[in-house]
Amino acid sequence: MAHIDLKQPILGKNERLAKENRALFDEKKVFVIDLLASPGSGKTSTILATIEALRDEFNIAVIEGDIASSVDSEKIKENGIPAVQINTGGACHLEADMIRRAVDVLDLDALDLIIIENVGNLVCPTDFYLGENMKAMILSVPEGDDKPLKYPGVFQAAKAIVLNKVDTLPVFNFDTELFKSHIHSLNPQAPLFPISAIKGTGVDEWAAWVAEQIRAIKQ
Amino acid sequence: MHEMGLVAGILESVIPAAKDAGAERITKVSLSVGEMTEVIEDVMVFAFEALTEGTLAEGAELDLHIIKPHSICLECGAEFDHDRLHVKCPNCDSAFTELIRGKELQVDSIEVDLPDEE
Repeated sequence: MAHIDLKQPILGKNERLAKENRALFDEKKVFVIDLLASPGSGKTSTILATIEALRDEFNIAVIEGDIASSVDSEKIKENGIPAVQINTGGACHLEADMIRRAVDVLDLDALDLIIIENVGNLVCPTDFYLGENMKAMILSVPEGDDKPLKYPGVFQAAKAIVLNKVDTLPVFNFDTELFKSHIHSLNPQAPLFPISAIKGTGVDEWAAWVAEQIRAIKQ
Repeated sequence: MHEMGLVAGILESVIPAAKDAGAERITKVSLSVGEMTEVIEDVMVFAFEALTEGTLAEGAELDLHIIKPHSICLECGAEFDHDRLHVKCPNCDSAFTELIRGKELQVDSIEVDLPDEE
């Protein structure tokens, strides 16, 4: 019997490819957001509302990650925004090599912002660095105020947290103050943006914050 | 269920290492896994058993060394242990802290059977 020391990162290959993506995005001065959320939390609606708020100032593209279908990328394209669909074929998260292949069909020189809509899942995408500038997440009111306690990893990985569907607060038993206190103990540095992507409430504040992050890397 | 992907990553390092050593069989794989990752131990063991079938690592023991979170406060400099849910500095209550340990996903070592040396 023999003992062999390895000390190798399990996700070494993904980390290496993600760093290559990062170098490419840096060179092209494209800001990249990896957006994480549950299925049905309003990721695509939030992306569309964000695009509307930012498209006068920035050139935007979207990478859509789903297990199957191209429903989401078609919605984005209908709005005149370049979109690439990645079908993971069952995998619960996106990985850096998938992003690399998606980026190959985009004209990075003409872009300021890429929003990656990750597979709807509050767990797995958290562990995978794609080369993004930041992860952000959406929780929607109907999912409940206790989610930060059940899925702490994603709330900690996010640099900003969007609370969507605030127009439904009157009909759900969602304690906003309790939710804020959970966020405050898990990830006290992350700003929280309460929005309704459909009604447009709060979208300007969220979009203004994103715009600041993009301008910061352009300087 | 991203543990399947993680196990695939583990096999990409341990199988070539065992082959390079001329091993006949891997008997144990030791990992360091930080508590701030999304790994669930039982799921990892299940995925490992499923994916090692028919490989050099079939039947190997999977030893997970769980690493507790440990952070440093960027304001007062205090270092402290904490759980998954509380990351603020216990000394000065600052929110500006940085994780030093707890996000590990590493293959530490393997144990292998070598052919008889006689």
